[in-house]
Amino acid sequence: MEIKKTSLNKLHQSNNAKFVEFAGYEMPIQYSKGIIEEHKFTRSHSGIFDVSHMGQLFIYGDESLTEELEKIFPLDLKNLKQNCSKYSFLMNEDAGIYDDLIITKIEEGYLIILNAACKDKDFEILSNLLGSKFKMNLDNNRSLIAIQGPKSVEILNSIINGVDQLNFMTGNWFDSENQKLFVTRSGYTGEDGFEISISNDKAEKFVENLIEKGAQLIGLGARDTLRLEAGLCLYGHELDINKTPVEANLRWAISKSRLSNGDFIGSKKIMNQMKDGANQIRVGIKPEGRLIAREKTKIFDDTDTQIGEITSGTFGPSVNGPIAMGYVDKEFSKIDTKILLEVRGKKHPANVCSLPFYKKNYVKGVN
Amino acid sequence: MSEVKFSKEHEWITLEGDVATIGITKHATEMLGDIVFAELPEKGSNVEKDGTAGVVESTKAASDVYTPVSGEIVDTNQAIVDDPSKINEDPEGSAWFFKLKMKDQSEMDGLMNKDEYDKFAKESAS
Repeated sequence: MEIKKTSLNKLHQSNNAKFVEFAGYEMPIQYSKGIIEEHKFTRSHSGIFDVSHMGQLFIYGDESLTEELEKIFPLDLKNLKQNCSKYSFLMNEDAGIYDDLIITKIEEGYLIILNAACKDKDFEILSNLLGSKFKMNLDNNRSLIAIQGPKSVEILNSIINGVDQLNFMTGNWFDSENQKLFVTRSGYTGEDGFEISISNDKAEKFVENLIEKGAQLIGLGARDTLRLEAGLCLYGHELDINKTPVEANLRWAISKSRLSNGDFIGSKKIMNQMKDGANQIRVGIKPEGRLIAREKTKIFDDTDTQIGEITSGTFGPSVNGPIAMGYVDKEFSKIDTKILLEVRGKKHPANVCSLPFYKKNYVKGVN
Repeated sequence: MSEVKFSKEHEWITLEGDVATIGITKHATEMLGDIVFAELPEKGSNVEKDGTAGVVESTKAASDVYTPVSGEIVDTNQAIVDDPSKINEDPEGSAWFFKLKMKDQSEMDGLMNKDEYDKFAKESAS
């Protein structure tokens, strides 16, 4: 299969991107300054991320659509206000996660942002669940640009006047140079920021404009270190079809009001796990010293019994040390529990710790 | 001190008497990206030509460091363990990895000189 390219591919090339294949797309892993510089620039200034490989699914419909979607997502969509967003999951009957997503109520229905590797399958699953009653459009004509970091609000507002009025996890349509952009105040770095949905033919010029105002392009490498420092899950690592939201320690994302009637897909399993607890749970892990424990590193207790596995691990540039997330048996999930990580045949001490590793120091617009 | 020689695994080596100093090349650091962890062999241990003699990790991945010649480790560079970013800053100078006492100096013969290595690195990168 031919590798796909986003509308910003040429711009990445002219900015000396190193490319990797990600979910069938040729994506920039880093630019010339490298992951650590890019990471720090995002935390102190403003980073631009091409996330156009992600799916932008528009589903059009009225209240009956809201009712149908409530059978799928563990959200109180009836009481979700227009232009407000929620983090959620698409699950199977056993509450295994097909994908994690952001859903926003828009005037005509809903906009759902899906992971690149999952979007085609998600579309199929949702089409089967919803039938032909509602118009669905997995829009390949739009790019998705994230701008993240403390200077982002100032920079973006100088191009799209009014975005500074958006609260966290809300969005709206804006007009800029005769085009309609959908902007949400959200992101996946632990910083204040925005995601902008823009037609493909306008994306390059828009990003060039952001760069002119002082923002810089940031690759997937720094996106990964940023989201890991922020304690956020990445599908295919922390989340997959064998993990439930309760195991992933994401019960905050399940609307309480939906747990009493329990009529969404996977609700039985979730309600049981909420009551009895899950056998394994996602935790933050800090290795002692400088050792980095990568994905699939085995976790042991002090009796040499394996108690879990790392799902993501790297060096956190803002934390200035190694960080990881993984799943451990529930009796080892308490903060400050001593655990051992097996790296290159040797066991190294580490501690279960609270998330996030990096606490945002600048969040404007939170409700 | 001898001329700097290079291996296909992107190590450099210089020889002074029978003690060789070994590190990784600038080209290697450019391929790896920001180095955030380094593990070195233990002093007094013996390493074999083309065997592993350490690990470097970037933000992205871990890579083995090989030794281009055999010998006994007589010194290691603690400064790059304490601050691995030094490896990106000065890979072919102050950020050497380890020194070893060579057993068989003929092992130097098969290594590349600078011109040969530069050509090799350019070809292997493309």
